Amino acid sequence: MKQFYSFVRKEFYHVFRDNKTLLMLFGLPITQIVLFGFALSNEIKNSNIVICDYANDQASHEIIDRIAVSRNFDIKKMILSEDEIEATFKEGDVKLVLVFPNNLNQTLIHSKTAQIQIIADATDPNTASTLTAYIQAILNSYQADMGGANKPAVQIIPEIRMLYNPELKGATNFVPGVMALVLFLICVLMTSVSIVKEKETGTMEILLVSPMNPLTIIIAKATPYFVLSLINLTVILLMSIFLLDMPLNGSLALLYLVSSIFILCALAAGLLISNSTDSQQAAMLISLMGMLLPIMLFTGFLFPLENMPMPLQIFANIVPSKWYYIIVKSIMIKGLGIMPILKETLILTGMTLFLLLVSLKKFKIRLA
Amino acid sequence: MSNTNIVIATKKLTKQFGDFTAVDAITFEVYQGEIFGFLGANGAGKTTAMRMLCGLSKPTSGEATIAGFDIYKETERIKTKIGYMSQKFSLYEDLTIIENINFFGGIYGLPKAALKTRTEQLIHRLGLEAEANKLVGDLPLGWKQKLAFSVAILHEPSIVFLDEPTGGVDPITRRQFWDLIYQAAESGITIFVTTHYMDEAEYCNRVSMMVDGVIAALDTPTNLKKQFNAQTMDEVFHELARGAKRKSD
Repeated sequence: MKQFYSFVRKEFYHVFRDNKTLLMLFGLPITQIVLFGFALSNEIKNSNIVICDYANDQASHEIIDRIAVSRNFDIKKMILSEDEIEATFKEGDVKLVLVFPNNLNQTLIHSKTAQIQIIADATDPNTASTLTAYIQAILNSYQADMGGANKPAVQIIPEIRMLYNPELKGATNFVPGVMALVLFLICVLMTSVSIVKEKETGTMEILLVSPMNPLTIIIAKATPYFVLSLINLTVILLMSIFLLDMPLNGSLALLYLVSSIFILCALAAGLLISNSTDSQQAAMLISLMGMLLPIMLFTGFLFPLENMPMPLQIFANIVPSKWYYIIVKSIMIKGLGIMPILKETLILTGMTLFLLLVSLKKFKIRLA
Repeated sequence: MSNTNIVIATKKLTKQFGDFTAVDAITFEVYQGEIFGFLGANGAGKTTAMRMLCGLSKPTSGEATIAGFDIYKETERIKTKIGYMSQKFSLYEDLTIIENINFFGGIYGLPKAALKTRTEQLIHRLGLEAEANKLVGDLPLGWKQKLAFSVAILHEPSIVFLDEPTGGVDPITRRQFWDLIYQAAESGITIFVTTHYMDEAEYCNRVSMMVDGVIAALDTPTNLKKQFNAQTMDEVFHELARGAKRKSD
């Protein structure tokens, strides 16, 4: 136990004396969260819109009011004639023009149906279709409110509910993904580099000649990184809840439990990498390049797995972060307990045990 | 030698890497408290032999006992009895002198009180009182080597293995380093040292010369010089190494 304690203390000295390690450990998660939470959102905010209101009546005013309060749009200006539309788009910063026909209110009341023209700048088709969808949502809500008062009967209004994330906030999708990405990467990197560093400097030989059990060395080596990862997790959670308005509907204890399993999985992967290389650079390269891409691609938070070809979907199953991502979403957003995520948790645990066994077995007690 | 307790005994100890026999059936004995020089050209197999004795490498065949313990079955017992200093500088550069000492004392399981007195003695012996709380990385190489040696014998092992401990160190520091080795030997610690400085070979009680994985000669420096009709150990070495088939690397 004294051996273990001495070792863990030494490991903490290493971490806290190396600015690069500290920066990576705490700078990376914060940057990632801010980046994905704010900058890389797939939600479009404050988009410039121009309105040509021929109607200028109650209906058009009400719709314009709704657009004005929406955080997706800024009304840049009102134009008086359709001739100005072309020029408006050429200015470049306007993405959408809305044209209300004459007598909109009258038409609506009498014939129960009216047409509004939405003109979008489709040079970026994704943005264009997202923006038109936002407008449609606003129009739908207006129709629904009208319908409530007048009961116009025949019109079928689809009511779309965005479950768990009614405001379609990007953070809700990204934060669990970033958690998976950051926790895994940092753990793998820290563990592999710290072990390989001892090999590179020759201190590993000294440790192996000492009476300290190799298994104890490994556990003592991993313990500080496990603790630091839990602190990291806490930082990420605090940031995402208070800064990005992430919900935490499920049990915090369960979240930490599952995260611990996930962190262990990453530690084991780091150990495995450290067994197969002798230089810090190689360990860093394998950890970053070898892990970053699969995690980005196959976790499911950037690209939906459902859209991938079958072989890739099958491959994604061996990426631990995919399962962790599902679990985190279930706990934080849906507020589920352990039972519905039992399958995912068991898969993750199985992977962790497998990696731990393989890497401990491969850890060379004798160097040659 | 007044004391002839055998602390290292090997019998036909062999290490093969595939077809290549790095160490070929070496048999020798080392006595308690002696300074045993383990010499040979680069690639002669001395580091491999030493690593087998330390438990870092598993022998292909042959037998050996260290401090009376079998190197196959009793490695855990052996580990508490030996100290080791490798070719590479092997303390933690980002830890202070005191932290390094505490760490190694800790992993060898030294009791707190003993560790404290030995730390004080060690710092005093090396004259490092002023530097005790400085990072080891900031020390000059000669001091680092002396410190590494002192840490390697902190747990008072019966044998300490030194793998080219004075590589890259200036002659004055080497001399001081050897003073430390003599002090340790006087206190009863057996010194097993590899080197390729032939003047250092003269400081040893007995010297073995490895050529192509076998021990070509083993005796006191005086007897070896007589045997090969040479003035210095350097000449003895050249006489023996001339027959070597392996290229030094």
